[in-house]
Amino acid sequence: MSTDATLSFEEAMEKYDPVLGFEVHVELNTKTKMFSSAPNVFGDEPNTNVNEVDLGMPGVLPVVNRTAIESSIKIGLALNCKIAETCRFARKNYFYPDTPKNFQTSQYDEPIAYDGYLDIELSDGTVFRVEIERAHMEEDAGKLTHMGGSAGRIQGADYSLVDYNRSGVPLVEIVTKPIQGAGSRAPELAKAYVAAVREIVKNLGVSDAKMERGNVRCDANVSLRPHGRERFGIRSETKNVNSLRAVEHAVRYEIQRHAAVLDSGEPVIQETRHWHEDTRSTTSGRAKSDADDYRYFPEPDLVPIVASREWVEELRATLPEPPAERRKRLQADWGYSDLEFRDVVNAGVMDEIEETIAAGATATVARKWWMGEIVGRAKNADVDPGQLGVKPETIVELNKMVEAGKINNKMAAEVLDGVLAGEGTPAEIVEKRGLAVVSDDGPLLEAIDAALAAQPGVADKIRGGKLQAIGAIVGAVMKATRGQADAGRVKELILERLGVEG
Amino acid sequence: MTENNVLIRLSAAALAEKLAAGEVTSVEVTQAYLDRIAAVDGGPRGVHAFLHVNTEEALAVAAEVDAIRAAGGAAAEELHELAGVPIAVKDLIVTIGQPTTAGSKILEGWHSPYDATVVKRLRDAKMPILGKTNLDEFAMGSSTEHSAYGPTRNPWDLDRIPGGSGGGSAAAVAAFEAPLALGTDTGGSIRQPGAVTGTVGVKPTYGSVSRYGAIAMASSLDQIGPVSRTVLDSALLHQVIGGHDPHDSTSLPDPLEDLVAAARTGNVDGMKIGIIKELHGEGYQAGVENRFNESLELLKQAGAEIVEVSCPNFKYALGAYYLIMPSEASSNLAKFDGVRYGLRVLPKDAPLTIERVMGATRAAGFGDEVKRRIILGTYALSAGYYDAYYGSAQKVRTLIQRDFEAAFAQADVLISPTAPTTAFKLGEKLNDPLAMYLNDVATIPANMAGVPGLSLPGGLADEDGLPVGIQLLAPARQDARLYRVGAVLESLLEAKWGGPLLDRAPELAASAVEPVETLVDAQEAK
Repeated sequence: MSTDATLSFEEAMEKYDPVLGFEVHVELNTKTKMFSSAPNVFGDEPNTNVNEVDLGMPGVLPVVNRTAIESSIKIGLALNCKIAETCRFARKNYFYPDTPKNFQTSQYDEPIAYDGYLDIELSDGTVFRVEIERAHMEEDAGKLTHMGGSAGRIQGADYSLVDYNRSGVPLVEIVTKPIQGAGSRAPELAKAYVAAVREIVKNLGVSDAKMERGNVRCDANVSLRPHGRERFGIRSETKNVNSLRAVEHAVRYEIQRHAAVLDSGEPVIQETRHWHEDTRSTTSGRAKSDADDYRYFPEPDLVPIVASREWVEELRATLPEPPAERRKRLQADWGYSDLEFRDVVNAGVMDEIEETIAAGATATVARKWWMGEIVGRAKNADVDPGQLGVKPETIVELNKMVEAGKINNKMAAEVLDGVLAGEGTPAEIVEKRGLAVVSDDGPLLEAIDAALAAQPGVADKIRGGKLQAIGAIVGAVMKATRGQADAGRVKELILERLGVEG
Repeated sequence: MTENNVLIRLSAAALAEKLAAGEVTSVEVTQAYLDRIAAVDGGPRGVHAFLHVNTEEALAVAAEVDAIRAAGGAAAEELHELAGVPIAVKDLIVTIGQPTTAGSKILEGWHSPYDATVVKRLRDAKMPILGKTNLDEFAMGSSTEHSAYGPTRNPWDLDRIPGGSGGGSAAAVAAFEAPLALGTDTGGSIRQPGAVTGTVGVKPTYGSVSRYGAIAMASSLDQIGPVSRTVLDSALLHQVIGGHDPHDSTSLPDPLEDLVAAARTGNVDGMKIGIIKELHGEGYQAGVENRFNESLELLKQAGAEIVEVSCPNFKYALGAYYLIMPSEASSNLAKFDGVRYGLRVLPKDAPLTIERVMGATRAAGFGDEVKRRIILGTYALSAGYYDAYYGSAQKVRTLIQRDFEAAFAQADVLISPTAPTTAFKLGEKLNDPLAMYLNDVATIPANMAGVPGLSLPGGLADEDGLPVGIQLLAPARQDARLYRVGAVLESLLEAKWGGPLLDRAPELAASAVEPVETLVDAQEAK
């Protein structure tokens, strides 16, 4: 557990200026691995998605996945990077059992994409430009599970299990230039930057972009320097901060910790730190001062990758609209207020609303259904709203029924439950459950007469002009008709019955 | 000479003709070779070319070919020209169904779950695989003495080395234990054994034969190639194994030239053949030099124009090679760590950490020469040394390529002795690695530039009566030229000798006491 001293964030900000840097690893969702024909699938039985190449068998050779290169170029373009005309892979040599060849095949001094930027919009609407140093391709390592000992850590473990399914999964590592000038917005910027990268790769369709599965992983570098000083302080690198919230917290925590170290007059140690979600703090990992020598050299088993300008332009033409621009366009088209739109974005139903509108609903109706009905149900079911299985056509159909007065809103919600339960189309469910609004006045009048007879005092009040008392009779009628009556019509009929002008 | 002795002395091309004509069956041929292996390979004075003999499978493939031929029809028509002709495979090349050791203890007992691309192509051609041949551990050596399973002996003199690293393949072919073999050549491992055993060996253009399934020593230098007794046989085998392979990114996309036609229609009339000034003379044995000059004379008589070319940067080739090769090897051999396959050695004392298991495994599993090169390569790639060593060596490589370009502007093919000396005695250079390395001085430049090279027998040295090799070099992707010139020189020399050079090799006494497998077992046990 952390026993590190921290300063309050406010005090840290008074004294110091934070400098950030991020390395975000994005797992690509290609069908096969970076250098082999084995499937790139998450969650299968250990060591099933492997072949001789992934296991580093004697004699094997890598072959680069063309789709992975295309995805990497797309990411580079979406990050406003230059794309290298030719680039190479290198070998990063180190012995570790999650790396079957005992070297990782990775780009080193020749990344496929470099010199880009990303404009990050903060919550108050200000735009902060984060400069991208490079985006390079590499392969993922296998997964080690340490058995025995405590908390799954290697220290004190009895033995370790290796799953090579992830070994060779294509990764793109996006490295920022040092981010200066964020000041007290640093934690917010950190979260917004990683969120923006995640959104971009998801929007490009090149990654499943699920942080909880490790599709997007962030290493956050933090250093502090006294205000006004040019030279950077010594940085720490907090590894594998794997949720957006954690990115914000980890940066905030490291700023507070660095400030306390600097205040004590000690130097910050250049090291990796591990983030602990439970305590919202970091602990010391590996010291980086005894800099590992990875003995990089160009991978002799692969030929250079040549990205012709024609190919790059072809790929650029396939890029979808950038997420930030798309959001602006959609908000304007739909006429939502800033608050309404932010809620939609935060609820993660922007795509769904767009589809629902495309299916024929108005922007207001689409928002009413998704935000009012579906998001809550998704929360209860603990899934993303989009995964609940509501089709845009269903919403359009339900809305038509309500507008035509066939069913009321309460019934419509019930029909939606029926649709989700797999009972059929809205029309079928209305039919099956007998949910149509009672529009024949006969049964209603019977119910009204019974209600008036049961509450003669109330009837008198209404006759005497106390129209607000009508609610008690309406309620009784609705109860008697099990909610199938149109409340407006019931009110009209009561007044008519009692000879009162409404 | 017994009938079998006649059979095993036939060239692969001649065997193929007899098989096609139905004069002999593949089972008879394969069995004759298996008998020969049993007769001369085992025992304390055996050749020891084989680490594993693949009797059952070889005979089964032979029987299959015979059955297809006997049945006739389309299937028989479609049989490959070399179908039923047996072959031996260097034990650096992985094979399903047989162990692959790379001559190392660290892979003892390991069976590959996949076939090398070249092995797949042998199987597609239905060539029975006789077994796996001995080599210096991970192909690191020039004498086959660095095999963890004991050295191979030179059939010309059992007290001498058969060259290396492919001494097993060369000796098997020279001792008539196989008509053909596969080798690998990183700095001369096919050509130098060919030279000292009186056989033919070809290092194809880098990328013209797939490396998939050849256990890598130095990826940018390694190349699989044919080993045979005639130039035509090498061309036939090269045609089987060559051509693009999607599993090897460095494999050339171009279709293979018709190498067999080149070997059959050899002609040097009007050709310019360049003597490389730097690759003969000082440091070359007198008998080697004499045979080399004799070959030049014959080529001149056949109508070739002999010119002299200079490759001034070749003198740096050996030094640069001994930086690039170990650098790549240090990384390629990192995978042998006891975690997933092969030998695993647990340290005797606690703690039992992964680093210590890897260390103990590699300490016990690798021999001295392998360790020497891993240490050398690790050092050369280290931060602070990379530019001075690996970086400089790559620059030398570029200079060597330019030397070749300049030389090939003046000559169609280049010629040199394959090795500076004839076969030396077993043990003679074992404790002097630098002297051992010098043996590859004439073969290394081709690997550094990726150009093809062929070694063929040039006769016997006057002073020791041992075979001398003549090396031909051609521009990249012009392997056909080697066969065209090689076939001419071979026929001129054989006309002069009155038959193949190997006819002059001493008869090997049949030891026939120990089958080879038990020999390997005995060595494994010790």
